[in-house]
Amino acid sequence: MSAPAPRQRDRIGGGRAVALIDGNSFYCSCERVFDPKLALVPVIVLSNNDGCAIARTAEAKALGIRMGEPYFKIRDLCRRQGVRVFSSNYTLYGDMSGRTNAVYRQFSPQVEIYSIDESFLNLSDVAPGLREELARDLRATVRAWTGIPTCVGIGPTKTLAKLANHIAKTVHELQGVCDLTDPVAYEHWLCRIDVAEVWGIGRASLAKLEAMGVESVADLRDLDSRPVRKGLTVVGERIIHELRGLACLPLEMVPARRKGCAVTRSFSSRITERAVLEEAVAAHATRLGEKLRREGLATNHVSIFYHTSEHDRDAPMRSVSTTITLPEHTNDTLALIKAARLGVAKTWREPGQRSWRYSKAGIITNDLVPLSHSPRALIDAMDRERSGPLMAAMDACNARWGRGAVVPARSGLVAKRRWNTKFEMRTPRYTTQVGELPVAHA
Amino acid sequence: MPAHRIDELLVGSPDAVRVPLIGQALCAGFPSPADDFLEGALELPRWLVPNPPATFLWRISGSSMEGAGIYDRDLACVDRSLKSSHGSIVVAAVDGQMSCKRLVIDGNVARLAFCNPALPAFAVDELGEGVIWGVVRFSIRWHVARGQLS
Repeated sequence: MSAPAPRQRDRIGGGRAVALIDGNSFYCSCERVFDPKLALVPVIVLSNNDGCAIARTAEAKALGIRMGEPYFKIRDLCRRQGVRVFSSNYTLYGDMSGRTNAVYRQFSPQVEIYSIDESFLNLSDVAPGLREELARDLRATVRAWTGIPTCVGIGPTKTLAKLANHIAKTVHELQGVCDLTDPVAYEHWLCRIDVAEVWGIGRASLAKLEAMGVESVADLRDLDSRPVRKGLTVVGERIIHELRGLACLPLEMVPARRKGCAVTRSFSSRITERAVLEEAVAAHATRLGEKLRREGLATNHVSIFYHTSEHDRDAPMRSVSTTITLPEHTNDTLALIKAARLGVAKTWREPGQRSWRYSKAGIITNDLVPLSHSPRALIDAMDRERSGPLMAAMDACNARWGRGAVVPARSGLVAKRRWNTKFEMRTPRYTTQVGELPVAHA
Repeated sequence: MPAHRIDELLVGSPDAVRVPLIGQALCAGFPSPADDFLEGALELPRWLVPNPPATFLWRISGSSMEGAGIYDRDLACVDRSLKSSHGSIVVAAVDGQMSCKRLVIDGNVARLAFCNPALPAFAVDELGEGVIWGVVRFSIRWHVARGQLS
């Protein structure tokens, strides 16, 4: 690369620009799109089994409802204040996320979907003076087409884009857009923002930084990175480079190949019977098989675990984890179920006078390899020629008639699973089920 | 912008362009909590839906739009990227309820009109800002018994 032209050097990061766009209170905003009654009232969305508040509108935050607050603690407050409370409707949020990303792709050919509600866009090809305008156009288009309000932060690196997004979200006058590739804005904001807001600075690092007299983002940026290497590890050094405009984190347009995969669930109520636990781990193994097949991956061992709840302090506690080795790499649901059930058989203990009340179970794999590249076993080789078409047929049925249409008998019919995650206040799947479409009165 | 114009697609076999509205996304950073719940979006032929991310299906309930050819229990395909103008059939929020009406613009005054001679002309006297949810591009009606869709 040639040295940057003097004019470009004025711009932080030498012309590179990355935008981080995210949905404001994304899950709540998805609910609001389809129900005009939610427009100005406080709304929260709860986690699996309606446990904690995981999304809050500005109105709900103003009532003092904190992120991750258990629902049972705020139930009365919600009732008194007229907070509308919903279970997670992940089918809807996933669809709306896909829609917002489809709009982003019209503004930049390079989009990294970072999480369900955050994406990075490469804006390096957009002239510096036009970036803010483009960001405003992007926000307006996403709002118009999908109904989702967003904020956009622009920076020469991902860390600065994330910081800019935080500024765009918290400084009302900026109207949802902050561009830190603009040197004036960069100098203005870095000395005014608390170092705690920097992406990747955890609580432990914060204490160390405080001891070093670092308060603002600019203080951290101006640290000599060599001594920091001792105190804050290589990650700290990377953050300092990124704050100075030197990109250390590339855009990842294609998700990295999965190295491991886990399916874990809390039960909607405690379970004590072996048959129910076996059904649950079989169902998790079924889901694991689907996930592996979707990416063409396979595993030769699975770990299963199940445990009682830390909240049941007076009840007997037990936590179990075991690993089962398979004869060779596979992603066949039936083989995974067999292994999972073997894991229960190896570890199950019949209860004495007081039974263990299990609250969660899961199945985990590591060291995944592509099935097509995996070595075959010399003895005990599995029948891939038979398993492949069977699994493909099962996946095709479930794709066509909905999840859980065809399941192995061991994992139980979806409708009859008593332990399944609860979503008691879930709104309809407005965009993916023809029987649950929103209704317009005429 | 879409890669193809609608008329280009119409020349080819319409059956060949059945694509789902929205593809599923894989996250590079955090695993998506929606991963276990993703469902294929409702499929519509692409030549009917030039802008999938902005297109939503609504179910119609009521008879006030029969004059526009939209009947009770029909489906309305609503495109949020279309600009509404005088005469557009729109889905709009009226008194906290979503409603399908015809937009009538008279000078500076926007109003929502019924399309049924048995009803009064207007649903609301004047339309506030930001209440139009989207424009109905087309509607779908069944001419045989609907079975599971009913």
